[in-house]
Amino acid sequence: MKSFEYVRPTTVREAVAAASEPGSAYLAAGSNLLDLMKGGVVAPDRLVDITHLTGLDRIETLANGSVRIGALVRNAELAHDAHFASHFPAVAEALLSGATAQLRNAATVGGNLLQRTRCGYFYDAASACNKRVAGAGCDARGGDNRLHAVLGWSENCIATHPSDFCVPLVAFDTVVEVEGRAGKRDIPLDQLHCLPADAPERDTVLERGDMIVAIRLPAAADRFAPHSRYLKVRERTSYAFAVVSAAAALRLDAGRILEARVALGGVALKPWRAREAELLLAGNQADAALFHRAATAALVDAKPSGDNGFKIELARRIIVRALSLAASGTPARVAALPASAFASGVTHHV
Amino acid sequence: MSESPPTSPMPHIRHGSNIGQPLTRRDGILKVTGAARYAADNHPNGLAYAVLALSSIARGRVAFLDVQAAKSHPGVVEVITPANRPALAEDPDAKTNPFMFKLDLLQSDRVRYANQPIAVVVAETLEAATEGAALLAPKYEVEDPIVALDAGESFVPPSVGVGNPSEIYKGDVAKKLAAAANRLDVTYETPPQYHNPMEPHAIVAAWDGDMLSIDTPSQALAMAQGRLAGLFGISPDNIHIRSPFLGGGFGSKGFISGPQVLGVIAARMVGRPVKLVLRREQMFGPVGHRAPTRQTIRMGTDAQGKLTAIAHHTRTQSSTFDDFFEPASDASHTLYASPAISTSHDAVRVDTGTPLFMRAPGEATGSIALESAIDEMANACGMDPLTFRLANYADVEPISGKPFSSKALRECYTRGAERFGWAGRPLRTGQMRDRDGLLVGWGMGTATFPALMFQANAKATLRRDGQGMMEIGAHDMGQGAWTALAQIAADALALDMEAIAFRSGTSDLPDAGIAGGSAHTATAGMAIHNAGAAVIAALADLATSDAKSPLFGAGNGGVIARGGCLYARNDESRNESFADILSRAGRDEISAQGQSAADPSAQETYAMHSHGAVFAEVKVDPDLGQIRTTRVVGAFAAGRIINPRMVESQLLGGMIWGVSFALHEQAHMDRRSGRIINANLGEYYIPVNADVPSVEAITVEEVDSHVNALGIKGVGEIGITGTAGAIANAVWHATGIRVRKFPITLDQLITG
Repeated sequence: MKSFEYVRPTTVREAVAAASEPGSAYLAAGSNLLDLMKGGVVAPDRLVDITHLTGLDRIETLANGSVRIGALVRNAELAHDAHFASHFPAVAEALLSGATAQLRNAATVGGNLLQRTRCGYFYDAASACNKRVAGAGCDARGGDNRLHAVLGWSENCIATHPSDFCVPLVAFDTVVEVEGRAGKRDIPLDQLHCLPADAPERDTVLERGDMIVAIRLPAAADRFAPHSRYLKVRERTSYAFAVVSAAAALRLDAGRILEARVALGGVALKPWRAREAELLLAGNQADAALFHRAATAALVDAKPSGDNGFKIELARRIIVRALSLAASGTPARVAALPASAFASGVTHHV
Repeated sequence: MSESPPTSPMPHIRHGSNIGQPLTRRDGILKVTGAARYAADNHPNGLAYAVLALSSIARGRVAFLDVQAAKSHPGVVEVITPANRPALAEDPDAKTNPFMFKLDLLQSDRVRYANQPIAVVVAETLEAATEGAALLAPKYEVEDPIVALDAGESFVPPSVGVGNPSEIYKGDVAKKLAAAANRLDVTYETPPQYHNPMEPHAIVAAWDGDMLSIDTPSQALAMAQGRLAGLFGISPDNIHIRSPFLGGGFGSKGFISGPQVLGVIAARMVGRPVKLVLRREQMFGPVGHRAPTRQTIRMGTDAQGKLTAIAHHTRTQSSTFDDFFEPASDASHTLYASPAISTSHDAVRVDTGTPLFMRAPGEATGSIALESAIDEMANACGMDPLTFRLANYADVEPISGKPFSSKALRECYTRGAERFGWAGRPLRTGQMRDRDGLLVGWGMGTATFPALMFQANAKATLRRDGQGMMEIGAHDMGQGAWTALAQIAADALALDMEAIAFRSGTSDLPDAGIAGGSAHTATAGMAIHNAGAAVIAALADLATSDAKSPLFGAGNGGVIARGGCLYARNDESRNESFADILSRAGRDEISAQGQSAADPSAQETYAMHSHGAVFAEVKVDPDLGQIRTTRVVGAFAAGRIINPRMVESQLLGGMIWGVSFALHEQAHMDRRSGRIINANLGEYYIPVNADVPSVEAITVEEVDSHVNALGIKGVGEIGITGTAGAIANAVWHATGIRVRKFPITLDQLITG
């Protein structure tokens, strides 16, 4: 392995200064980064270990009612925080549907947002990948691309963002708190990840040195808690990334939808907020026909990027199912197989 | 010289015969505490680390390696390339017998598959060697690879599997098909799969002059020893291999692989012990795999649903430079009676590593196609799949006409169906839903695997202190050989488990044959059995010819051995302990050898197979297509069961692989580059616990007096067969969609 410098700052300011040097990368759990380094996909000159920074591991409710989650909170800690899970059940469900128990115990909230795509060509250093090497080409185009993007892709990159966690987060207007060379700023999660367009080498809008210190879920988001679900279709029952997933959340009044939130995972290089679907749902009676219209609206711009046309129809069906699950109410507890079609007792048909 | 046998702090309590007892693994404590020493756990003094550089192209030549850059990296000791690799005594491309596979040992700059070794970097640390290998930054002259089943010229291989005929015909298939009342003509595809035992191939090699000492996992110690002796031009006796534990092999450790030999070459070049361990992604290429197949099955029946013709044709592929042809069509030889049967194979050559034996080679690939086709044929006849199978039950082996040495398959069908609750299964598809609205389907498949035996030797010793010892270079791949073979040894020596030392797992011990073909317990077990019988006979000679022994003159009536004593068969009051016999004879110990081999006359007379019946339930989300195997029950008849606990574990493991075969496992190869894009355990899917919530294996009693004296058939591979097809059939029963391209994935259901 290539030699690299390892630094362990004691304050966020020190960390930002250290990571502002070219070739630096932040290290938290390393559950993605270390694999990428071992595989020769990335080769940072310097790792800035932020796991010893204090104050970044809290889950707190702020005065305005929003919930702030420190970047170093572990995925499992957040999912099992009873207060958090009761207010944001779809987020807890999404977290628990990801990876494995061991990985969830290690992986952090901030790291989850910044995990890289699982495109096999990105991981295979011998393949051409514009995300790995700007301008190198994209071997996923015309290659093994059954699971690639159907929304927001470009000829330069058809990869997807793999996070489950981000899908309900983006539906709930989560804000990302960043500290950088110029101080603190907020970035809406929906604007954090970049679609590939002409520059797929860029994953996010973060600048050199920028560090995610926390995310905030707005107070308004917990009003969806009674009708809030995450559903994930995958090719084995656990320990698999989503083929397609959806978060669906509703505010209902006697069967009428006051407000809806819908987002998709596994379809694009970012967690995909389906605002067209939300607009269509709001103000209408929650029923199957409406859900189908919403699903159609959400996928209106979708097109296959390879042998993956089935994902478009699958995404429509997942939206319909997730909406009907949300409409019938959040279960009292997350099922043993979270977000699964096989979570006994939660499969309903509209 | 050999590894100490494992010990268990808890003595096993013997209840009569040791054979048949469900003893826990004697090495279990060592394994769960981490004390079991696997090959890569060894760190001899002065150890250097070797890392392979593998080709990233599938066809062409290596035009340049930046050896200087690698050598300049701190800690790098040596870079081995075709330019400086020491001469070998034997050409790695030589093939003097079908069990000899060509190895890539840096013999040229030619690249013939992706992930072929092209250089070895040796360094003081693993990290330095890894970086050194990366710094080689190879440049290639790339040629377009050929990887598809349709590419290139097809040909009929001279043989498939291990010397099986490529084509076998019985009766007039064309005529029978033309006259059939019901006909089927369908094509199935199976994907490439790669062996991924938990322990990757690893070796620690050390030379001392012309003496070679090795720690490496091996399913065939004596064959590995012989192969290395040939390559390095030394006597096999100069080579000592320790292989006390394997973290799985599944066939990939049956022959010593190129990467393992490169570790030996590296150790010789640097004059120090060298360790070489494959990284997970390096398992995808140089250590064998299961080739993809495309299988066309045609069947015909009469109006009553009796098969009148079966034609099973397989297209498969081998590498451009060596021969192994997946004998998938052979699955149709033994299970279903039909007056006309033809099996045939053809193949293409592609730019991949050479495919090899992978758990149930031919049987697994062939079974999923055959059992799917049988299900389709049953449906075409309007018959329940079990009724159809019983109607076409083979009372003799269909092609050869031989009687079976034993065949309790009817009992397997009955017991399995009862346990599963098969009765009442609706004939039509899509009829069952669970309370959550998920589609439920039930399917079945017949399992079969030949009962093979190889040749082995064992040495038995009885000592004056009343203890016994059995020595055999057998192989514990995780299947429980340390335990099951020791049980046979204790019975063979007429001693308790606690009174015997069982030495195994090293190459200086008598050759136990290959741990493959589901034949290790039968092969090594019979050598042990015979060695025990021989040493008891020798001891009996001492006693019955000694005037001072109570057994003097008892030779005519015979003696029996039990609990460390010999008894006159016709008068048990005349007896004497082993210890007393040896003491009086002034002997510290007495030893004898035993051999095993298949009995050619029994093989000539009988067809020998294990059988089973597997029943599976799947649930399918009707909208989303996601599939889950919720229940699998398998009933197996495999002759005598030495250790029911180990056997259950073997069967369960095989059945889980069947789930994997049907629903999960496939290597995704980029058709343009010939590279495998999911060469890691995150994306090369195999079932996780949540995919196999309920798997149950039942063994059906079966006495077989022809396979061998112990009546052992073998259970290592049969679990995959039957299971994969049962799951495919259950998916069809749930959905009405017949998927013929494996694994069955949700996209095939939502667009089908």
